[in-house]
Amino acid sequence: MIRLAGISRSYDVGGEFVHALVDVTEEIASGEHVAIMGPSGSGKSTLLHVIGCLDRPDRGRYELDGRDVSELDDAELSLVRRHTVGFVFQFFHLVPRLTARENVELPMLFAGVDPAERRNRALERLRAVGLEARVAHRPDQLSGGERQRVALARATVLSPKVLLADEPTGNLDTASGRHVLELLEQMNASGLTLIVVTHDPAVARRARRILVLTDGRVVYRGPGSRIHEAVERLAAAENGA
Amino acid sequence: MRTLDVLGFAGRALRGHRLRTALSLLGVAIGVAAVVTLTALGEGARRYVLGQFAAVGTNMVVVLPGRTETTGAMPGFGGVPQDLTLEDAVAVSRGVPEVDKVAPMVVGTETVAFGERRRQVALFGATHEALEVRRLAVAQGRFLPPLPWDRGAPVAVLGARLARELFPARASVGQVVRVGDWRMRVIGVLEPRGQQLGIDMDDVVVVPVATAMKMLNRSGLFRLVLQARSHADLERAKTAVLRLLTERHGEEDVTVITQDAVVSAFSSILGALTMALSGIAAVSLAVAGVGIMNVMLVSVSERTREVGLLKALGAERRHILAAFLAEAILISSAGGLLGVGLGWAAVLLLVAIYPALPASPPLWAVAAAFSLSVGVGAVFGVLPARRATRLDPVSALAGR
Repeated sequence: MIRLAGISRSYDVGGEFVHALVDVTEEIASGEHVAIMGPSGSGKSTLLHVIGCLDRPDRGRYELDGRDVSELDDAELSLVRRHTVGFVFQFFHLVPRLTARENVELPMLFAGVDPAERRNRALERLRAVGLEARVAHRPDQLSGGERQRVALARATVLSPKVLLADEPTGNLDTASGRHVLELLEQMNASGLTLIVVTHDPAVARRARRILVLTDGRVVYRGPGSRIHEAVERLAAAENGA
Repeated sequence: MRTLDVLGFAGRALRGHRLRTALSLLGVAIGVAAVVTLTALGEGARRYVLGQFAAVGTNMVVVLPGRTETTGAMPGFGGVPQDLTLEDAVAVSRGVPEVDKVAPMVVGTETVAFGERRRQVALFGATHEALEVRRLAVAQGRFLPPLPWDRGAPVAVLGARLARELFPARASVGQVVRVGDWRMRVIGVLEPRGQQLGIDMDDVVVVPVATAMKMLNRSGLFRLVLQARSHADLERAKTAVLRLLTERHGEEDVTVITQDAVVSAFSSILGALTMALSGIAAVSLAVAGVGIMNVMLVSVSERTREVGLLKALGAERRHILAAFLAEAILISSAGGLLGVGLGWAAVLLLVAIYPALPASPPLWAVAAAFSLSVGVGAVFGVLPARRATRLDPVSALAGR
């Protein structure tokens, strides 16, 4: 369960104060699939970073899995990121000098998992995303879709409870994007909470719930099946209505 | 995160920038090699000088005419109140029981000729006792006979090279050579000995001391070399000789020094020189450390997104610190090992070129140079590593 209560976050950008999140209050149930939409600069990624404990809110209370994480120190937040949250990024963020297997092993390095166990679990995750034949390849030897699947394997190798995906198909062709979405939905179906930030209505409509953010505020909540309402709200926001 | 995992992660990062890593490593290697080589040179010089002193005899006391306080000049040079005479030598031999042997000496230069062959060499006026006191050895014939010291004789013992060059095709013993205006029979040839305290003992002619004094028109000795009965007798012998000669001359106009004091002084000076050389070389290690810091700062800057990713994956500050610090320490350690190898090779090369120099790096210097190189990596790696740990994960992921 994710419970955000009155979360605000501002940044000082070149002397100008930007309110990235303003009084966001939201609950996301365990195993839910939520899509976050919004125009550029609306605070989508900031919300994802706060939920993923990469960023701290200036105000408000944040409970993750029944625990107040708003007041944790850096080391405790690292542990939360390692064991409770998994990240998938638009540009994959794989370490270029490491093979697919070694990239998947990375979170386990910090968890102190022994090498044999690391290897087995990494291979198992890579098999699960259909990359058993590409385990020894470096990122520059993989296609975009394969890279994102490696990132997906890495994000889930320590069995997190929440998977955060920031434009996971934004840098992929249609077929690869569809494959990645199917994998994400499979993981969600097995109980993983999935939160996806996207511009793409085709991606958002697959979610159980859609949130639309504008100027740091949640301006729309609705089921994925009513994507047209979300898109209209989004268009209105982009047109300044 | 396990230590081996930290090292493995750091090692892979370094392999990703082979040239940059190699150049940083080379900087450390040159610094360590300089420390090892220069320390070996200093130590070699110290051993060489001490070896020279050991080669000329043990338990030695040297009596020089004159005192620095009275003449204002170095002993043996400048104005001398009274000569050191053969009678003084006899008196010391008879009157100081701590002294086992006395070798009066006169030194000059003279031309030695045989037929058309002639050569300017050091003339060494000595007595039978010099053979033992100066640790000389005879290769052919015999050394000077045990004559009364004030009695000359037209006999000469030649240095090994001098004998070879004057008599390339025949035995020299029994031949008559001309030393200055004197005709002298060669009675022996010394074993090759090389340089001893600045005198090339292979290029000398040794004649009885009384004869040498006449040839060189000297009334006094160059010095008296005494051999004490034991090491424990050295200081007592020194005091007794000084007292006796002061009584004979009516004033303290000689300088008496023990071999120990000279050896100790040289050892201290050369030891200090070695340390100074090592210190100068160590400065280059500090420069190499700055190089490592620069490379690591560039690395942190280039890998900002990676640091952000590692934080997103749950890496704690200590993990990031360890990973970057390990890179710096790996560079410096590998550089240190390479430097020890290079330094050792340089020393072997030096010894091959100058076999007389007993240069070898002391183990403490090798250990210190290597430890210093590792320390340099650790110290100069801290700043970049701390910079990496302080990166904000969100900004780092965005490459800012």
